Amino acid sequence: MYSEDDLLMLSALQHLLFCPRQCALIHLEQAWTENRFTAEGRVLHERVHSAASDSRSTVRVEYDMPIRSLRLGLSGRADIVEMHPQEDGFWQPFPVEYKRGRPKKDDTDQVQLCAQALCLEEMLDCTIPEGALYYGQKKRRTAVQINDRLRKVTEETTARLHELLSGTTTPPPQYNRRCESCSFIDTCLPKAAVGKKGQVRNYLTRMTES
Amino acid sequence: MKKHLNTLFVTTQGAYLAKEGETVAVRVEKKVRLRLPVHTLNGVVCFGNVGCSPFLLGFCAERDVTISFLTEHGRFLARVQGPVSGNVLLRREQYRRADDPTFSALMARAFINGKVANCRYLLNRTLRDHADKIDTNAMNKAVNHLTGLLKSLGRDLPLDKVRGTEGDAAHIYFSAFDHLIIHHKEDFFFRQRSRRPPLDLVNCLLSFLYTLVMHDVRSALECTGLDPAVGFLHRDRPGRSGLALDMMEEFRPMADRIALSLINRGQLQAKDFVVSASGGVRMKDKARKTLLTTYQERKQDVLQHPFLEEKMPLGLFFHTQALLLARFLRGDLDGYPPVIWH
Ligand code: SF4
Repeated sequence: MYSEDDLLMLSALQHLLFCPRQCALIHLEQAWTENRFTAEGRVLHERVHSAASDSRSTVRVEYDMPIRSLRLGLSGRADIVEMHPQEDGFWQPFPVEYKRGRPKKDDTDQVQLCAQALCLEEMLDCTIPEGALYYGQKKRRTAVQINDRLRKVTEETTARLHELLSGTTTPPPQYNRRCESCSFIDTCLPKAAVGKKGQVRNYLTRMTES
Repeated sequence: MKKHLNTLFVTTQGAYLAKEGETVAVRVEKKVRLRLPVHTLNGVVCFGNVGCSPFLLGFCAERDVTISFLTEHGRFLARVQGPVSGNVLLRREQYRRADDPTFSALMARAFINGKVANCRYLLNRTLRDHADKIDTNAMNKAVNHLTGLLKSLGRDLPLDKVRGTEGDAAHIYFSAFDHLIIHHKEDFFFRQRSRRPPLDLVNCLLSFLYTLVMHDVRSALECTGLDPAVGFLHRDRPGRSGLALDMMEEFRPMADRIALSLINRGQLQAKDFVVSASGGVRMKDKARKTLLTTYQERKQDVLQHPFLEEKMPLGLFFHTQALLLARFLRGDLDGYPPVIWH
């Protein structure tokens, strides 16, 4: 069990899955790029809109719900949680996460949704078998099974996140294709080949001896 | 996304800056004279009696745009900066390293290496371009002297020796500085550095340019989460930005070059300055504007960063250097690579 002080931002999971260095830059070093701010504001707005038109009269929709899990040590917000009425009078929570772009090849979005589900399970003392991802660009909802495999991946990712952010060092960059779509590229300088022995020493010699 | 690079300099006395949607609006006598989208700015510098609405201050803080207030003559007063930057871990590392004399000497050597190499570059360039108009003997002597000092900086020197070398280099360089002034020598001449107050036109120009560079270096350090007050070469002193002064060393010859080109191209003249009874020299409004515009334009020039070997606007170099410094402090690089022109 984590204490409230040790909770990490749920959104950090997706940063970690994208690139550990990016995650550390954001959450350890508090480096921000201003397009993050603007982008996040816009997302929420769009999102609330699309969900409202989806909601059926029998379903209660909660927006921007604060959630946490002391077991996982995560806290954040669930943008949309639909509450589906059951025959026994119980309301079944159904988290929906809005993504601006299109579905990704990897698990990132599923993991984030699953983490929300795990938080909701702990707070509402229930079991959540399913949620959904809504992709803005495709205007489509995809159901996601919160199955054992996804739960396992999510818990492992969360453990890695705690490990990364309890340390004090930002992992060095590793230049690859995703860097080109990374808004931190100017802060990160991935091409300054870290770890090359004597890189700066050679540079100084080259520049001053002539 | 590359960091935007414009700095908005407001020198019109009585101007008022306000937020209008996503833009900064500059009002003079209740009329909007200029509107600039905030995402094209990385700083706003207000000279003298220039006001800012609190909403604009908050808005700029949130968008990582620093607003600085200077006196009409460029003395720093205050700045407004948002809460998001600042990494406690990096700062702690900086303080620990600054307490270590060996590490401080290493850093000091890097900064001074950059400065001396760039001074030498400036002399060499003039030698190459204007050999017919200058005292090449004196210049060559100065160049050789600086080369010798650079060699000694390549060795392991303790901090006080680095400071001594720095002093020698400055002396040699400034003794040759007058030769870099090719035209209008009757008005623009250089004997020695004077700052409080500047006692000739050239010193007046240099001081003002250094203030601008200082402002940019400080911002870059702050944005990176470093503490501009805690330096390696410059000892801690209350109210002094030690690290900003350290990092400024490698950029000083760049400022000198701007001053020289303003003089040599005749963009500034003696009548653009006021000499007070005490002998202290100040710039007139028009001169200040010319200088700010030139500085601004210079920062837009796209140049190859010598260490990263990537092209970027000169204005971004301050930021890049701060990042490289942070990287060295964290142990990700084997040294701090100052910008050296080649
Ligand atoms: S630029 Fe590349 S290495 Fe750096 S944070 Fe972004 S993805 Fe990671």
